Amino acid sequence: MPEPLIFEVSRKGRQGVSLPACDVPETPIPSHLCRSELSLPEVSEMDVVRHYVRLSQLNYAVDTGFYPLGSCTMKYNPKANDAAARLPGFAALHPLQDPSTSQGALAVMHSLQEMIAEIGGFYAVSLQPSAGAHGELTGILILRKYHADRGQTGRTRILVPDSAHGTNPASTAMAGLEAVEIPSDKRGNIDISCLKANLDDRVAGLMLTNPNTLGLFEENLLEVTRLVHAAGGLVYGDGANFNAILGMARPGDMGIDVMHFNLHKTFSTPHGGGGPGAGAVGVVEELADYLPGPVVAVVSKDAADPRQYDWCMPARSIGRVKSFHGNFGILVRAYVYIRMLGPDGLRAVAENAVLNANYLQARLKGVYPVPHGDRTCMHEFVAQGKLAAAPDIRALDISKRLIDYGFHPPTNYFPLIVPEALMIEPTETESLETLDSFAQALLEIAREAGANPEVLQEAPHSSPVRRLDEVKAARELKVTAG
Amino acid sequence: MEYKFDQKARYSKTHEWVRMDGAEAVVGITDYAQNKLSDVVFTDLPAVGKVLTKESAFMVIESVKAAEEVFAPVSGAVTARNEKLVKAPELVNKDPFGDGWLVRVRLSDVKELDSLMDLASYRKLVETL
Amino acid sequence: MSFIPNTDADRAHMLSAIGVASTAELFHDVPKDFRFPRLDLPAALSEHEVLGQLDALSRLNAQGPQTPSFLGAGAYNHFIPAVVDAMVSRSEFATAYTPYQPEVSQGTLQAIFEYQSMIARLTGMEISNASHYDGATSTAEAVIMALNVAQREKKRVLLSAGVHPQYRAVVRTYTQGMGLTVTGDESTSIGFDQLGDLCDESTACVVVQYPDFLGRVAEPAQLSGLAKRVHACGALLVVVANPVALGLLVPPGEMGADVVAGEGQALGNHLSFGGPYLGFFAFRRDHIRKSSGRIAGETVDQDGRRSYVFTLSTREQHIRREKATSNICTNQSLNALTAAVYLTALGPRGLRRVAELCWHKAHYLASRVGSLSGYSVTKGEFFHEFAVRCPRPVSRINARLFEKHGIVGGYDLGADYPELRDAMLLCCTEVTTKEQIDRLVAALEDCRNA
Repeated sequence: MPEPLIFEVSRKGRQGVSLPACDVPETPIPSHLCRSELSLPEVSEMDVVRHYVRLSQLNYAVDTGFYPLGSCTMKYNPKANDAAARLPGFAALHPLQDPSTSQGALAVMHSLQEMIAEIGGFYAVSLQPSAGAHGELTGILILRKYHADRGQTGRTRILVPDSAHGTNPASTAMAGLEAVEIPSDKRGNIDISCLKANLDDRVAGLMLTNPNTLGLFEENLLEVTRLVHAAGGLVYGDGANFNAILGMARPGDMGIDVMHFNLHKTFSTPHGGGGPGAGAVGVVEELADYLPGPVVAVVSKDAADPRQYDWCMPARSIGRVKSFHGNFGILVRAYVYIRMLGPDGLRAVAENAVLNANYLQARLKGVYPVPHGDRTCMHEFVAQGKLAAAPDIRALDISKRLIDYGFHPPTNYFPLIVPEALMIEPTETESLETLDSFAQALLEIAREAGANPEVLQEAPHSSPVRRLDEVKAARELKVTAG
Repeated sequence: MEYKFDQKARYSKTHEWVRMDGAEAVVGITDYAQNKLSDVVFTDLPAVGKVLTKESAFMVIESVKAAEEVFAPVSGAVTARNEKLVKAPELVNKDPFGDGWLVRVRLSDVKELDSLMDLASYRKLVETL
Repeated sequence: MSFIPNTDADRAHMLSAIGVASTAELFHDVPKDFRFPRLDLPAALSEHEVLGQLDALSRLNAQGPQTPSFLGAGAYNHFIPAVVDAMVSRSEFATAYTPYQPEVSQGTLQAIFEYQSMIARLTGMEISNASHYDGATSTAEAVIMALNVAQREKKRVLLSAGVHPQYRAVVRTYTQGMGLTVTGDESTSIGFDQLGDLCDESTACVVVQYPDFLGRVAEPAQLSGLAKRVHACGALLVVVANPVALGLLVPPGEMGADVVAGEGQALGNHLSFGGPYLGFFAFRRDHIRKSSGRIAGETVDQDGRRSYVFTLSTREQHIRREKATSNICTNQSLNALTAAVYLTALGPRGLRRVAELCWHKAHYLASRVGSLSGYSVTKGEFFHEFAVRCPRPVSRINARLFEKHGIVGGYDLGADYPELRDAMLLCCTEVTTKEQIDRLVAALEDCRNA
């Protein structure tokens, strides 16, 4: 049943919440300052509830089913995380209170800064950025300022692999630098000879996602980072795929100078339908002064001191990238997750995530093309939605048909370097049964593609709505109600 | 894939076409280009009077999944733009060499036409893609 | 515990299907010297232990009904109806991904479409996006949009000192690589007339706040006048607005604003020590192709059902890459949903009543504080915050207010405005009671000699 717009449910005179009477003498409000009308929905609380509950029922979510979205790490979101974030001492805390009255919150943030630094092999961490892309912009601005401070303002280029997520070149451009694309080689690694050809004194750095969006660990990682450093550049790590090596390797040990972590991917905070997330940024010691601030610092060794933790602006900070301190409600959730897992648990995450992905790759190879199936994948792999028996069937059709089998499709058409890409990331929180069901569904769909392709091309059949007319949406641009 | 071509046009490597109509040149994108873009939703046409430079991007054509720059195949001033595309951008898909034309240009150097490909050369190029 | 369901038997089965003897072998591409590091982290705790620890830490923070607070300055303690959290904590909303597969994401997409519609109406603008990270980054994105509208040919940005100091800082961080002159906020004495004078053909935009950081409400005629002068220079007017105030006051869209940005935290989102918050972003239809952030649009499915989908994605990073209008990907979707539920639960009359109560409470406080000797309230029309000059440094007064009286005082303006040293920004909302206000006044009197 389609759900009407809340504006269509509105009836003049209805009201939801009641407010207390005014307990102070009223001060006249000049009428010329006041608006004449405000056209918001007028509904009862029951209307609110039914509307939003019914809308929620139109959604697929991690709590409903499997979400094998490559590079999104749709793992289970522990409810303990949410319980902690809801504690009134956190949820009702104003960010501008004197630090002596928010030591508990500062302690959580400081501890999280330290734990992420330890996990990533970094010297210092800022928790201010709101999302991965926000962290990327932060990192590129750090590179830029670092070089500028050394008189190297000619370093205006950032090298970006062709498999990179669109946020990488977009963040580079936002920071005022030029993105230069470096191709991948036949094994899915960065093409070393192209890298060398482009490394000169115009390069500020390299943006590297490792494992990359093909799900492959950069086989020449140490040489790549060494080459960039030898040319006077720095290496930025995009941590979107960090779930593959969590606890198994530390980017900071292997030549990464600055990296963002997606707390809403690797660290289990819920995705919210598109945020909020958090994009913590870790740096090596040489870059610590450039972090956005303020960060939390220990100012007193005495644990009983009401001012043990305080805000501190790094000495050469690129500045603030957000108001207040960061998405604290998300930070608490990541903190809980890390504390519940401990070092062994964190390692088990990567171990099982990589195992699950290799298992799926083994089951699907031979039915679907897997361009780099000869290599061990990490936490994800890229198959192609191309079937010899059904040349008219595309990745899109296979994806839409998966919906009829009760699964959310994998990432489609990304990375751009693989035609008809299906990027599959199971995560560690899925059971063998789920993996087998998913593999079974894909094998069944491959059979259907040959025997009865229309059923794929007309899919999905069982979802609340079917394929949408995106051309109409773009041409008419109806983006507000009424 | 069978693409359409225009006998009277000359072609750029970046899939634009030019056709002389009296003293002016008419410019558009080829059938190959519109097919690659799929359904066009918006054309960002330049203003009349804007001066185009050969091989420089002068506008963007958007579909749902892509936004491609259009490169001027010739230099000169824009004398007219296809206003029909504002309400009906799909003309670029339906009739790329006819009603889907983009701009008319007063050429600043008619010799530039010589460096463009003829139909046979462009057809060969498209066959390799 | 890692939330990993598979057993050793399951793993053995998978290893055999893959053809390796152990999971360690799957990490052979990781450089040997750096494989399997020892992490110096505390051992795992049970859920019970972690929550107990956090409960204790949360109690170290001063907040709650026993601790009246008069802090505002960009984050506001409003009443959040129970229905709001009940709706947004539903896991179908909270654990859903970005709605790239619209067929199974109509809940999120329709909720976003409704949110966009509400923000457009609230601000008096034609179009809203699906959210930015917060008020500060939304303001920065508005400035970038103005620069893009001017094809990056204009290099001057005027900021009013009345814009939140942290927002101005973020604008400067975001634009540090662009070779711009960002100016106009050197002093609070630079008002709308002076900003109008400073605006010229090289100016991409003028940014003002309404009500401003000091709580002051501009006269509609003055703001409209500024808009005309800004437009005459070919620049855009960006207005940073308080969304609760907009329940009562003339919206910026009716006064000539080209972009309205701001912080949506006050719409049903918890204070949560500064985040996650909500950057709302509304603009004129003319500029839609230069706008940033996701936008949900209406369409139909193949069976003719009305449905919703993200549109104009060709502005965005996943398609346009380095030519995108912004790099934003994950935004603040759940916080936008929160704002929508809040607005729906309150309705237009409820929101107006919240705003009126804020007005009355703050004006009552101002009149009582104003009659205390040693304290002087700065002049001018204000909404729910106002600046008061104090007889002692604000830090001393606030320390005494808290230690002796258990009250969280206002924001120390001297940190951001040299001309407002020893001035405090006091805020009241609809949850501030008369009793709390009277307590504060008595306490401030006591703090005269702090």
